[in-house]
This record gives sequence, C-alpha cells and structure tokens, in this order.
Amino acid sequence: MEIDPFIFRLSIFILSIFIGYYVVWSVTPSLHTPLMSVTNAISSVIIVGAIIAALAGDSINVFDTANIFGFLAIILAAINIFGGFLVTQRMLAMYKKKKDKK
Amino acid sequence: MISVNLLAIFYLISGVLFILALRGLSSPETSRKGNLYGIIGMALAIGVTIMSVGNFSYGFLYLIIFLSIGGSIGAFIAFKIPMTAMPELVAGFHSLVGLAAVFVAISAFLNPEVFNLGTPGNIKVASLIEMSLGAAIGAITFTGSIIAFLKLRGIMSGSPITFYGQHYLNLILGISLVALISYLCITQMNSLFWTIIVISLLVGVLLIIPIGGADMPVVISMLNSYSGWAAAGIGFTLENTALIITGALVGSSGAILSYIMCKGMNRSFFNVILGGWGANDQTSTSSSQQQKKPVKNGNADDAAFLMKNASSVIIVPGYGMAVAQAQHALREMVDALKKNGVKVSYAIHPVAGRMPGHMNVLLAEANVPYDEVFELEEINNDFANCDVAYVIGANDVTNPVAKSDPQSPIYGMPVLDVEKSKSVLFVKRSLSPGYAGIDNDLFYRDNTLMLFADAKKMTEEIVKSL
Repeated sequence: MEIDPFIFRLSIFILSIFIGYYVVWSVTPSLHTPLMSVTNAISSVIIVGAIIAALAGDSINVFDTANIFGFLAIILAAINIFGGFLVTQRMLAMYKKKKDKK
Repeated sequence: MISVNLLAIFYLISGVLFILALRGLSSPETSRKGNLYGIIGMALAIGVTIMSVGNFSYGFLYLIIFLSIGGSIGAFIAFKIPMTAMPELVAGFHSLVGLAAVFVAISAFLNPEVFNLGTPGNIKVASLIEMSLGAAIGAITFTGSIIAFLKLRGIMSGSPITFYGQHYLNLILGISLVALISYLCITQMNSLFWTIIVISLLVGVLLIIPIGGADMPVVISMLNSYSGWAAAGIGFTLENTALIITGALVGSSGAILSYIMCKGMNRSFFNVILGGWGANDQTSTSSSQQQKKPVKNGNADDAAFLMKNASSVIIVPGYGMAVAQAQHALREMVDALKKNGVKVSYAIHPVAGRMPGHMNVLLAEANVPYDEVFELEEINNDFANCDVAYVIGANDVTNPVAKSDPQSPIYGMPVLDVEKSKSVLFVKRSLSPGYAGIDNDLFYRDNTLMLFADAKKMTEEIVKSL
C-alpha cells in the first residue's frame, strides 16, 4: 500500500504548526504589531493559486469566469503583499536603540 | 516550464524563508533582515509559479497589470497610513486575504482541471472538502475583518451588538455549514458551494458584532489566525507546500497572540468570543460613591515640579495616548526630564492599545529607543522604587481592584502596580470609568494627583513648565 500524498501534506501542515508555535513564542512582545503585518503579507502567498487560476485556459479567451476570479484575487493579494511588507519595513525602521542617536 | 518536483522544492524554500522572516522578529536588530527574507520568499514563490504556468500570452500581460495595480495600491497605503491607524489597516488587510482565498476557491471550483482536481461536477472529494473549508474560513475572515475594521475606524459603534438567541443562531449556521459541505461532496451541486460561501459571510458578521471595542486586540489576532487557516485550506486544495507552511505559521501565530491578549485581560477565549462584556455593568457600578470620595487635582506646574525632583519616572501609556496623538509630546517631556538627570522608562501592558504591540510601535515612531520600553513582567517590580508614575491614556490596566476585589469583573487580570510608586500622576479627561466600566480606585489614593486635561495638551504644558 502506498501512502496517500495527502498524508505527507498533512505532516508538513502539522509540523509547521509546531514550528509556528515555537517561533512565534520567541517573538518579542514589542514586535507583535510588525508580526501581525508580516504574517498578513506572507499569508498572501495565496497569490500563487490566483496566478495559476488567472493564467489557465487558452490564450484567446483570457477572461473566462474562473480567470476573472483569479485576476481579482491577484489584485487583492498584491495589495496585501506590497502593503504588508512595506508597512512592516516602515515600522521596523523606527525601532532604534538608545546608543545610535540621529 | 519547470518540473513539478523542482517547483515543489522552490515552494519549500519560500516556506523556509517565511519561517526565517518570523524568526527574525525575536529582536529588533534581526527583524529587518527577517522582513527581507519574507520578501525574497514571496518573490520566489510568485516567480516560480509564473514560470511553471509558462503562459506568456495576453494573460501574462494582464497578470503584470493587475499585479502592479494591487502593488501600487498596497505601497501607497503602506506609506500613507498613520501608525495610530495600524489596527484598522491590519484588519483591512485580513479581509483582503480572506476574500482572495474565497476567489481562489471559487476559481478552483469552476475550473478544477487547471489544478488537477478532476472535472467540473466530478471533483475529488478530498479537494472539495479542502476548497469549501478554505472558502468558508476565507469568507468568515472577510466579513469578520470588515466588521472589525468598521468598529476600529469608529464608523460602527464599538459597543457589542447582541440579540436574543444569537448563540443558537450561530450554532445552527455552523452545523448547517458542516451539513452543506458533506452534501456538496455527495452531490457536487454548484448551488451548494455558493450557499456555503453566503452562509460563511453571514457567520463572519455574526461572530464579530457581539464583541466589544475593548476586546479588539483579541478579535484582530483571531482574524489573523483565521486568515492563516484559510490559506492552509487553499494550500491543501492546490497541493502547494508554501501555502500549507505559511497557513500553519500564520494560523498558529494568530492563535498565540489571541491567547496572550486573553491572558492579559484574564478572560477565556470563549468568554471573549461569546461577547457582550461591558454592556450590562457599565452604568451600574459605583457612580454614587464616585462623587463622595475626594480627588486631588493638580495642574501642569505641579506635575512638572514632581517629576523634575524625582530620580526615576515610569511612564504608563495607553490607548488614550494614541487617540490624543500625544506620543511626540511625551517624548519631548521625557527628553526634558532626562536633561534634569531623571531616569525614565516606559511600562507597557499586554493589552494597551487596540492590537498587540500597538503602543510599542507608537513609541518607536516618536523615536523612543526600544530598550527604554518594558513589558509588564519586566518592570512591575520597579514601581516600588520609582518616584513618579505618569499614567497617560491608560486606566483599567492600572486598576488595583484587579488584585483586591474578587467581585470585580477585571479581578485576576494582570495589572501594572502603579500605586506602589511614591506618587502617581494620572492624565485623564474626567473621572469616567474605562472600557471595563469600573471605577479606578487609584483616582482616590493619597499619592495620586489627577491631571484633568487632554493627554497631548497636558504633556505639552508640562514640557513648557519644565
């Protein structure tokens, strides 16, 4: 009997939950807001599904119903990716130590 | 075209980069590098996906156009948004992730061949479960985040909206979602899929409206978690490792943050979710005793005098500071104090502000070095040795009643031991109770001086008289 590939994905999923658990507990509380904005940005990796959906089908019929949903998802995810990473960058740039005075 | 195996390895790499991005946040020094890892991971995932589809026709052109439209909107928001509005922004972003998950699920449902999931009307059962779960959680995240956004933005009242039978309705809707998903797997009917999405959208609204404004930190964290689980659900459908890893990371991250927030308020997660707190006992408590007790009332000069002659001052900021935009004035005050040789530190309660870590960002924005800012456990013992505690825009998180009165709704909540310092300066507009709706005993203590004014104006006046 071969193992269903689903089980492998489930293993990755469960192990990642544990990784997430330990990694997030080690995040310093003062960076919890950047943590939220960056998790927001990375969860938009859902864009890969959107890209596949948008580019599916033949090249003449670009805007099939399924494709349209893909394109819409691309816009939404792109807002999130750029917005999320940039706002995180902006926040992190503000955290300064006592020593380096500007 | 790249091979499926190579593609999977690339997705794995970007998943690892995302883990490193979160790992970087363990300290501010490594965080910027972490963010860079995240960006690289994302670019890699997008790049290899485009390569794998290998369709460089008109569709590709539109892809670039839509990507740039979204990207510019996102970049514009990221640069324009004031730091006080971070909670709304994050809530808004969550709603977009949720909606994107719904859209991807819809398009996988309409066109399953592209994702190797079978043919329309004959989709693999496992995939069908995964995509309907992804779509349902995504839809809940979408409408839930919109309600949270409206509440945070003040467009919708922060007070909990409850009605008779609310929990039963939610229960029924929840059960019907499970039933619909099972039925969908048997019949593969299109209409069922749409019904699932519509019901989930409704559940999202119903889930968030009963939760009060003070509980927003929990709500935002919870929705953060949901957006992760939605992504993971879609990841299973698309058999994509990057999405599964990320979904799990984000899901557990949001769950941990919700836990930390609940603990900061000494409330159970279910208590928050079921909502309605602060609606009933807001008016009933102690409005009569309030007038009887004497309050010491001071002005900016008194405060300046006290602090100038102190050797150490601890500042306790709360959401009121953010509302009054007082963080810059506060920093000026601290600078003036430091010139006088006063040792100043900041004490931050876990649930200060409207989202986890909100106060820290605001202080960082005002150029406060992060090594002067301390968490509750780190600094709580220092209050006993401190001359002046300057409470600005915080209230419930300093209330000693949480330690003494088992009857109090906030009993057991960890609080900052502000009352142990030699004198307490309390900047507040009036004696009105805070979000928890309870009177703060601290106002009537002998060592408390109330400064009745807008947080920003008062701080500016203190700066002047220093």
